[in-house]
Amino acid sequence: MLLLDRNGAKPDPFIAVETLDDAPGKNVIDAFASVDALLAAGPAQAAVLAPNDLDAEDFAPYLDRLALIAIRFPSATDGRGFSLARQLRRLGYKGVLRASGPLFPDQFPQALACGFDEVEIPDANAARQPVAQWLAALNRVTLSYQRDYARGATGPASILDRRARS
Amino acid sequence: MYAYDELDRQIVRERVAQFASQVERRLDGSLTEEEFRPLRLKNGVYLQLHAYMLRVAIPYGGLSSRQLRQLALIAEKYDRGYGHFTTRTNIQFNWPKLREIPAILGLLADVDMHAIQTSGNCIRNTTTDCFAGAAFDEIEDPRPTAEWIRQWSTLHPEFDWLGRKFKIAVTATQQDRAVLRGHDVGVRIVRNAAGETGYRLYVGGGLGRTPMEGKLVRDFLPRAELLGYLEAILRVYNLEGRRDNKFKARIKILVHEIGLEAFRAQVEAEYSKVVAAAPAPDLREFERITASFDAPDFADLPEVSRKLEQAQAADPDLAQFVARNLFRHKKKGYVALTISLKSIGGAPGDATAEQMRAVADLAEQFSFDQVRVSYKQNLVLPHVRRDDVPEIFAVLKAQGLATPNVDLITDIICCPGLDYCALATARSIPLAQTLSRHFADPDKQKEIGELSIKISGCINACAHHHIANIGILGLEKSGGESYQITIGGDPGDQYALGELLGPGLPASAVPEAIDRVIGVYLDARRQGETFIETYRRLGVTPFKAAFKEIADAVA
Ligand code: SF4
Repeated sequence: MLLLDRNGAKPDPFIAVETLDDAPGKNVIDAFASVDALLAAGPAQAAVLAPNDLDAEDFAPYLDRLALIAIRFPSATDGRGFSLARQLRRLGYKGVLRASGPLFPDQFPQALACGFDEVEIPDANAARQPVAQWLAALNRVTLSYQRDYARGATGPASILDRRARS
Repeated sequence: MYAYDELDRQIVRERVAQFASQVERRLDGSLTEEEFRPLRLKNGVYLQLHAYMLRVAIPYGGLSSRQLRQLALIAEKYDRGYGHFTTRTNIQFNWPKLREIPAILGLLADVDMHAIQTSGNCIRNTTTDCFAGAAFDEIEDPRPTAEWIRQWSTLHPEFDWLGRKFKIAVTATQQDRAVLRGHDVGVRIVRNAAGETGYRLYVGGGLGRTPMEGKLVRDFLPRAELLGYLEAILRVYNLEGRRDNKFKARIKILVHEIGLEAFRAQVEAEYSKVVAAAPAPDLREFERITASFDAPDFADLPEVSRKLEQAQAADPDLAQFVARNLFRHKKKGYVALTISLKSIGGAPGDATAEQMRAVADLAEQFSFDQVRVSYKQNLVLPHVRRDDVPEIFAVLKAQGLATPNVDLITDIICCPGLDYCALATARSIPLAQTLSRHFADPDKQKEIGELSIKISGCINACAHHHIANIGILGLEKSGGESYQITIGGDPGDQYALGELLGPGLPASAVPEAIDRVIGVYLDARRQGETFIETYRRLGVTPFKAAFKEIADAVA
């Protein structure tokens, strides 16, 4: 797996554990279905991997206790995760959002615009599409017609804001 | 025309460069064919039966002379000298080479055009009334609303990977000339009791293998709220629409399966959250767009044109053209003039480069530089002085573009079918040509009156055959082509899907079958009744009986 954010490749601070007995004191990622047990096990930081067909509201009770939510993209063309990320941000989620699955570089700016911070892609994809291609994809379209999508300073500039200022 | 600003231009340029990089990365193996496919589709590039096809967006059907000339140039340089106008008011070039496509996109960008989102599972080209801005009966010009939607939906980061394609139409008239209820979302510009202009929204219409009628989802939406509400609809669709079966992935299936009430409740719930999270919507951008449409400087003219009347008296061909191809303009002394791309025996919707240039010249000289493409695959000069009609007619005649058949039986809507399309199950163009010749006699056409024939080469229904007065669907049956005929469809206010007359027929039997159907109408019609009106009064039964004789004979 290759994990990267807008600055490039990064190590994954979270580990999967055999049993939750190993969780205390560690940064642990587990399936969202086990979130209650995970939180009860007392990890240093908790992260979940969630399917993309859950309701954003399902996450609401846990948002301030999860350091990371990874949303699975079963395929590159299944765009549900983009809307789910958007809704989680709207619910006030402040932790890290990770898109996990076989996305390709041209989708990286879209993922960031919808509220993701990072993507995690399978090794086979990373072999074809090294980090440089992912970073290059961020700078191809520097404008957007939508207003509050780009998060942070590096996203495309909103045409609407530019026009409003001129 | 909406005038691009530098930002509109820059985003199109950047998109062209992005696509060039995608082509390169496909060629060097970085992108697999599976990954590249949706990227090329979202840039209008299809792989057809014989070649690549490029579908160029013509937003809400509006073209300037300069743009049309550029299309002519592309047709000459990169195609075989012609282009095909579609029911989505786009134009398709059938023979470009993949490596030339970035260059073509560059030529388009030079004239503020693009091929963005003309295919793929994203929000497609927004369409409207081909007489927008000219029609006598509109509440306002619907094009600023359509442009507002175009910008909002262009390169939308959240709605680029939907379950299926998504089509929006806008109209501002009582009489629906934009097939509102055949769209994923239909936007009708209305005035409420307080005199405010806003939108009435229909959702879940569509044709294809499961044709459905769009349903009223919001009776009145204040203008400023349009994009927020569309965002809510798209988000609900993106999250809830089916992903397990491509044939059940359109929003119409979602609305149908969960029911309109449940769908509306979900949209309204999502919308209330959109409203709560976003700053109050304002109309600044809408107003900027509206101001960017240059308003034609119409002259004050008399209602009637002596010049035209005299010319008509001297030339029966012109008189016939005037009777069929003119539409009432909101401004006295002007008309909207339809240029039929349905010459007798021609391929519906095709125009040669030379014809495109001739139309561009006419638009420049006589129609404030404007041309429109209609979903019926014709062109329109929206703002023509009555006085100028004889001169325009003469030019059109010389170009083979003066066919006086608007909304008559030879004004056939027809998809590319098996002559080009990779999805086709039968040819459609040759049958359209046969029928056009079969009904060529102008007196016969006049006698039959308004009647629409639409021919699709497969169940995808690109030619809207379900909502034709006479719809023809080409299928493949035991190795041969078989054509199913439906009648009674209506694309407008009395939206209706056609009824199947019986078993499919070979192409050779179709003209006679249609003769029989028309025979029933001509025998039974009352004074002034059109085909569809007689059909509504009689029902399908007598038509079926007449059809059966033909079907039995060939069975
Ligand atoms: S109706 Fe079928 S054959 Fe015709 S253009 Fe559409 S997909 Fe192709």
